[in-house]
Amino acid sequence: MTPPVEQSEPSASNLPVVAAPNQPAVPRRDATVIVAGGTSDSHTWNLVFLQLLLEELGFDVVNLGPCVPTDLLVSESLARRPALLVVSSVNGHGYQDGIRMIGKVREQAELGSMPAVIGGKLGIAGAQSAEQLAELVSAGYDAVFDDGAEGIASFRRLLDSLPQRVLT
Amino acid sequence: MSGGEVGGLRGFGELAGYGSFGGFVRRASQAGELVVQPRMGMSDPEVMRAGLLATKGAGGRTVGTVTLDSYTRVNDLESAELALLEGVSLNGYPIVSHDLETTRRVLDGIYGPDFPVQVRHGSAAPLDIFRALMRVGLDASEGGPISYCLPYGRIPLSQSVENWSRSSDLFSRLREIGREPHLETFGGCMLGQLCPPSQLVAISALEALFFHQHGLRSISASYAQQTHKGQDVEAVFALRRLCAELLPDTDWHVVIYAYMGVYPTTPHGALALLGDAAELAASTGSERLIVKTVAESVRIPTVAENVSALEHAAARAARTERVADDGGDSQVYAEAAAMVSAVLNLDPDVGRAMLLAFQRGYLDIPYCLHPDNQGRTRSYLDGEGRLRWANIGRLPLAGVVEAGESHTVTSSELLGSLSYIRWKFDDEAIAAGPGHALAGGAG
Repeated sequence: MTPPVEQSEPSASNLPVVAAPNQPAVPRRDATVIVAGGTSDSHTWNLVFLQLLLEELGFDVVNLGPCVPTDLLVSESLARRPALLVVSSVNGHGYQDGIRMIGKVREQAELGSMPAVIGGKLGIAGAQSAEQLAELVSAGYDAVFDDGAEGIASFRRLLDSLPQRVLT
Repeated sequence: MSGGEVGGLRGFGELAGYGSFGGFVRRASQAGELVVQPRMGMSDPEVMRAGLLATKGAGGRTVGTVTLDSYTRVNDLESAELALLEGVSLNGYPIVSHDLETTRRVLDGIYGPDFPVQVRHGSAAPLDIFRALMRVGLDASEGGPISYCLPYGRIPLSQSVENWSRSSDLFSRLREIGREPHLETFGGCMLGQLCPPSQLVAISALEALFFHQHGLRSISASYAQQTHKGQDVEAVFALRRLCAELLPDTDWHVVIYAYMGVYPTTPHGALALLGDAAELAASTGSERLIVKTVAESVRIPTVAENVSALEHAAARAARTERVADDGGDSQVYAEAAAMVSAVLNLDPDVGRAMLLAFQRGYLDIPYCLHPDNQGRTRSYLDGEGRLRWANIGRLPLAGVVEAGESHTVTSSELLGSLSYIRWKFDDEAIAAGPGHALAGGAG
């Protein structure tokens, strides 16, 4: 793929954060989450869903979109120092892509303790083996989430547990 | 294009005399038949050949498809060649990496005036693909500078426009040796779902005009079935009217894509949705339909599944009555025409006009994350299932779209909208719930 153009503000992250109707306004957390698709994954809807969900929970979201090159992921993480990095993949290459991506991120000493998770459909043959899940964790992810409702529920629990820097 | 770039057209036209893709579709349409076509691509030449043969033998008026693999799509030819060496199956036919003779053997005795074959790929950098398909004597493909760039990756739109300009210039030169190359826009699809029909129509028409400016005179404009039958009919009539206005001296037709979003999981639901697509195509006088299969929601379909989808669609089309366009300005036409004329007023060169349009937000795909898309627009489904604008951003639609209250789309509403068609057609599968909503082929 061609290297991306310089991009300081991915356009979709400029959307206003608005609380869902019929729900109490959620306080802004003054915390940024980076959402990124797998390097070889061109799917978008999973990333859009995550952005809306995170915004509803009060986070600022930088959505790097599909097919995120590893270099871009590293430079954006260094520039923004997010409260969380979320890698999402549904094309079946999430396991391979995911290991390569987090490896490059963790090579940066400054990003050694940045919380990072991965989720989606990570392999071509349904659920991942325990061994593959362990490899993703040992490669540097703090958590791995399955596709499906339970994955989303446990992802939300993790978001609730993130340190809230400033509550406004 | 520099004259030396292609080294002349020697070797590109050895199968001259084959009927053109567009001409075949025109003749079928005059005979009152809808042309039906699968999406189909296998890396093994023997299996690819068998798929083309089965398509040719299927009931209904069919044309063949060679869909390319995703390594070739992103120009990662090294990976495609490595897979061939190691005997690893790819998700399509690597036409650039297979040698000339191999591809000729795949087509030999199948491809001809009675069975045109189209190459489908999805590339924002397609020059090598066009060179390869021309070398084996093929003359039909598809795509477009917007539709094969924004939804899928990170190549800047300006590069995609440049790549598609060079490719279209090269491809249109087949006319110099008596062939009639055909290009189809993919602009009627954009992310598969949740783009209001007027913008699909506008982009499809603009890409058709782009091909025309680069010398093509046999063009099809696509429209992908969306969420509401009446709105889809309006959209197809709007597209036909814009093509008639924009494409003089051109043999053009409209191709309908069966639903490209999250697909029903039940065979019953999948067939019913395909049947509606065939009815949309036949009732509006559209000339060609690209089908989906009962396996769509779970995996790449088999050849047999494709054949039964082709036959199901052809049979449904054959018993569908034409409906007349009343000629009035529908809402879809009014919006699409406003976008098209605003874009064309930006620059006489439609490629440059497209770039300026995205910079200014005159075109803006809802939910598309590409850095060159402003991302200010939003869409939603109304109570009847029509796709509507929740936010028009800077689209030139002031006074055309009712200024309603701004509608904020939540994550759960998004999931519901993405799954609306699956749920509607999967009467048995409602219990599967929203957790499966992203499992299909969307995006």
